[in-house]
Amino acid sequence: MKKIWIIAVRELKTFFDSLTAYVLIIAFLGLSGFFTWLFGSDIFLMGQATLQPFFSVAYWTLFFFTPALTMRMLAEENKTGTIELLLTKAVTDWQVILGKFFACLMLIGIALALTLPYYISVWALGPIDHGSVWCGYLGLILMSMTYISIGLFTSSVTNNQIVAFLLSLFIGVFFLIIFNVMSSNFTGQIGEIFSYLSLSSHFDSISRGVIDSKDVIFFLSVSIFGLILAELSLSKRNIVD
Amino acid sequence: MNIVVENLTKKYGMQKAVDDISFHANTGEILGFLGPNGAGKTTTMKIISCFMVPTSGDVKVNGRSILSNNEEIKKKIGYLPENNPLYYDMPVMEYLAFAGELQGIGKDKLHGKITAMIHTCGLNEEKHKKIGELSKGFRQRVGLAQALIHDPEILILDEPTSGLDPNQITEIRKLIRQIGKEKTVILSTHILPEVEATCDRILIINNGKIVADGTPGTLRKQSHSNEVLQVQIADAGNMDEVISTLQAIETIQMVDPLPGSADTFILQCKPGATSRRAVFNLCVQKKWVLTEMKPVETKLEDIFRELTKD
Repeated sequence: MKKIWIIAVRELKTFFDSLTAYVLIIAFLGLSGFFTWLFGSDIFLMGQATLQPFFSVAYWTLFFFTPALTMRMLAEENKTGTIELLLTKAVTDWQVILGKFFACLMLIGIALALTLPYYISVWALGPIDHGSVWCGYLGLILMSMTYISIGLFTSSVTNNQIVAFLLSLFIGVFFLIIFNVMSSNFTGQIGEIFSYLSLSSHFDSISRGVIDSKDVIFFLSVSIFGLILAELSLSKRNIVD
Repeated sequence: MNIVVENLTKKYGMQKAVDDISFHANTGEILGFLGPNGAGKTTTMKIISCFMVPTSGDVKVNGRSILSNNEEIKKKIGYLPENNPLYYDMPVMEYLAFAGELQGIGKDKLHGKITAMIHTCGLNEEKHKKIGELSKGFRQRVGLAQALIHDPEILILDEPTSGLDPNQITEIRKLIRQIGKEKTVILSTHILPEVEATCDRILIINNGKIVADGTPGTLRKQSHSNEVLQVQIADAGNMDEVISTLQAIETIQMVDPLPGSADTFILQCKPGATSRRAVFNLCVQKKWVLTEMKPVETKLEDIFRELTKD
């Protein structure tokens, strides 16, 4: 556990050293702030004390930003060879993967924490449903975990960051849109499977304030599956090179 | 800590990078890995440093296999990979702290170790810079510092002196020799004089197989049993006459004039024979002035070329 923490802290420091963190946080806050308060179906248009507009914007922004965070995680280490240096230290492959996973999660956590003033502002404007706000944040965090683990996997299969980025967007699009579309095209068992795989239905129900174990299990299992794939692809050096 | 490599094989697809090699390295020994590009040096080092698992065979460190105890063994190994990969966006001090912490150095000792390492590797003036801002030589020192930070009992260095200037090379060699007194050091290099200057034992690898194993001295003996002499004779007059007279000595196989010189000759003796005494007596008898006579040592380059040519 300590090793995971050491790696996570180093990665987080690198985010801030390389300005990635600042650019990402500013872009995230800027975009989500703009669409939450100023433009489109914003909070004032809805006339309700709710953070729902913010959650639906963050739902999209995180989809684009998370792969940008994860793309260099393993791809760059593979490219420059630092992965060799890292893995010959007294750490396991899993500690490396989890360390990087938590570093990304912490950065997204920081970005989300900085949107808490939105919550406080809306709270000041009218009676807000606290439960649904916290559920929305929980949903965003669970969704980020899913994207991070997909991103780590795609970053581990290539040593080109751009390929890793596009590949994780591609996989993400399936969960975000395509499974949803397919579920409405198919009926019966197959339709149900696609509907279960679609990320949007799970996120919608959580952000409405309903924590169903089915949704939580969905996010966690996709995350764990992604991390297992990332670990496998990292350890494939043992089989062939 | 002794390292025993047993029948190590590593395949990349159909190609065997390392083919059934076995050797051992003992404490207090500096083992030099020599070989042409693609001979399997780096692969072997990657396996010993627990980065890759071999296709078959095993490496035992103090009797314990790297296959089952790799986390414990990694703590005892300091590794400097080929091309010295480092996190360029990290400051030197921070990077050394990260490497130290990962190798299990406690917070209380960490600062002392880093200071000591910065001193040993001569990084004092550069310690607050980012690694990416350093010159190649200093990066190499950072690479060495991160390999040594946890005081490992085994040191594996893949081309440790590449990219350094001559002064730095001398320093690093001195450092390696000093470390090698108490520890087990395996280093690979292309630079042959470096092996002679630093290593106690040489392993020459070619096409994934060990083709020679021994001290520089024993390798020389193995490679050429014929004595070769360089002889300079002054006031001898006709060169052809000298050659034919020398050729007449029973123990001499061949006489060649040294290219570009009028009075120096290379004498190849017959296997197992020595002819210094005969040459001297001949010169006395003919009243030639023998101004120089020295045995020509086989260069390590020649041994290397002989063993690794296809």
